[in-house]
Amino acid sequence: MFNEITLGQYYQTDSVIHRLDPRVKLIATLAYIISLFIVNGWAGYVLAALYLVIVISLSRVPFHYIVRGMKAVMFILLITILFNLFLTPGTPVWTLGPLTLTREGIVFAVKMAVRLTFLIFGSSLMTLTTTPNELTDAMESVMGPLKVLHVPVHEISMMMSIALRFIPILMEETDKIMKAQIARGADFESRNLMKKIHSLVPLLVPLFISAFRRANDLAMAMEARCYRGGEGRTKMKPLAYRGADAAAYVFLALYFASCIVLRILGM
Amino acid sequence: MEMVRAEGLIHDYITRDEEGNVSGTVRAVDGVDLHVQLGQFIAVLGHNGSGKSTLAKHINALLYPTGGTVWLDGMDTQDESRLWNIRQEAGMIFQNPDNQIIGQVVEEDVGFGPENMGVPTKEIWQRVEEALKAVGMWEFRKKSPNRLSGGQKQRVSIAGVIAMHPKCIVMDEPTAMLDPGGRREVIRAARALNEVEKITIILITHHMEEAIYADHIYVMDQGKIALQGTPREVFSHVEQMQELHLDVPKVTLLAHELGKRGLKLPAGILTKEELAAALGLSAAREEHTSASGALNAGQEQ
Repeated sequence: MFNEITLGQYYQTDSVIHRLDPRVKLIATLAYIISLFIVNGWAGYVLAALYLVIVISLSRVPFHYIVRGMKAVMFILLITILFNLFLTPGTPVWTLGPLTLTREGIVFAVKMAVRLTFLIFGSSLMTLTTTPNELTDAMESVMGPLKVLHVPVHEISMMMSIALRFIPILMEETDKIMKAQIARGADFESRNLMKKIHSLVPLLVPLFISAFRRANDLAMAMEARCYRGGEGRTKMKPLAYRGADAAAYVFLALYFASCIVLRILGM
Repeated sequence: MEMVRAEGLIHDYITRDEEGNVSGTVRAVDGVDLHVQLGQFIAVLGHNGSGKSTLAKHINALLYPTGGTVWLDGMDTQDESRLWNIRQEAGMIFQNPDNQIIGQVVEEDVGFGPENMGVPTKEIWQRVEEALKAVGMWEFRKKSPNRLSGGQKQRVSIAGVIAMHPKCIVMDEPTAMLDPGGRREVIRAARALNEVEKITIILITHHMEEAIYADHIYVMDQGKIALQGTPREVFSHVEQMQELHLDVPKVTLLAHELGKRGLKLPAGILTKEELAAALGLSAAREEHTSASGALNAGQEQ
C-alpha cells in the first residue's frame, strides 16, 4: 500500500520550469528566499509576488497544489504571527491583560506572514517541478566548491539519494511488522497517548535492526561494484546547461537586482 | 586459463564481547582449495553455516584470508593495488534483491558500477543498454526498482554487474528469497550469460536442481570441501549427501531408491528423461517430455 506514495511532491507535467536545469531551480529558490528578506517595503513585496505569479504560471502546476504545502506549516505561521503581534514594542493600540497589541506589531506580523507564505510557495514550487533525484544531483554540483573546506559533498548527496530509495522499502517493512504485531495482539489503535508511544517500541526495535542489516548489505553491495567515493567517478546523466537556463539566470539576476534597488530606495 | 584459484584458504571470524575484547574465533572456511577455469559454470552447495558465503566473499576481496591465498585471474586478492581490478573482474550478486539496488530508476542502478569505474558517459549508456538487453529487462529501464518482482530485481542486479564487463560473476544464493518463477528467471539468465557471453559463473545455492547444469560442483561442510566433482559424480553419493543434510534432485533420489530395491540403474541420474531412458521407457519418455514441455511453457507465460 505504501508503494504508491510518490516521494516528495513532484507534480508531473511538461513545462519550461520542469525542463530547467535543477541547479538553476535550486539557486533561484535560494536567491528568492534571500530576496524576501532583502525587500522591506510594500513595493518589494509586490515585486516578489509578481515573480511568483510569473513562475507559477510558467510551471503549469495547479495553484491548489502549491497552497497544499501551506497546511503543514500553518501552525508555525500562526505562532509567528501571534508572537510578532503581541511582543513587538511600540505604540499600543489595544491591551488585553498582560498582552499589548502595537501598531508596529501589526505591520511587522503582516510582513512576516507575507514573507513566510511566499517563502513556502517558492520552495514548494521547486520540489513540485524537480524530481528528488535531480535535486540531489543539483546539490552535489552546487555545493561542489565546499569540497575545498572538506565538506563531504558527494557523500551527503549519495546519502540523500540512498535514503530516498530506501524510504518506500522501510515503509513497506513497517507495514509488515505492524501487521505481524497486530496478529499477535498488539494494539496500535489506542487513543491513549502513553499507550500509543508504548506500542511503538515493538515496532521500532525490529525496524531499526532491519535497517542496520540492510545498510550493512548495501554497503557491501556498493563496494562489490567498485564504489570508492566521489573521486574519479563519472556521471551517467551529467547536468548540462542549455539556452533556457541562461535566460532563467538573466531573469533571476534582474529580479534580484531590482530587489536590492528597492531596498536602497527604501520602498 | 585459470579464473579463480584458492589454496589452503582459511577464514576466521573473530567474535568480540561488549568491551571489544576478543572472546573467541569461529573458523568459517578451513583449508579450501578451489580451481575454476575461465568460462566454467561452478556450483557451490552446502547447508546454512557451511562457509559457502564466506568463501564467495573472498573471491572479490570483500574478505581477506586469515590463511592461504586466493588468486583471481592471477591477481592475489590481498594485493591492495589491484583491488579495483579484482572487484571489476569478479562481480557479485547477493541474496536480498532490495539491499543491492542503489539507483532509484532501473537504468541508473545499472549505470552505478560503470560510473564508479570512471567510464565516459556515452559508453555508460551503451553498456547499460547491452546489459539490460542481456537479461531481458530493457523495457523496464525507466521503472522504479520498487515496482519490480523479486526475480526482475535480481535480473537488474545481474545487469548492474554485467555493465562492469566482468570475467566472472559470483552469485551468493541469488534465488533464496524468490518464488519458483523468479528462481527460474534468474537461473536462466545465469546460464545464458555463461553460454553466450562465456562469463564464468560461480553459483552458491542450496537448491540442488539449480546445480545440475554446473560443470563442477563443490559441496561444503563445516568450512571444508566435503565432496566435489561433476553433478553426476556428486549426486551419485546419495547417502553421503544426506549425511551432509543436503538433498539430491528428486529424480536422483528415486533412481537411488529403486536401485536399492534391486533395479539395475546407472548411478547419478539427474533428469526425468535419463531415468525414463534407463528404465527402457522410450515411448513413455517422448510423451512425458512433450507433456512436461507444455507444462513448462505454460508456467513461463
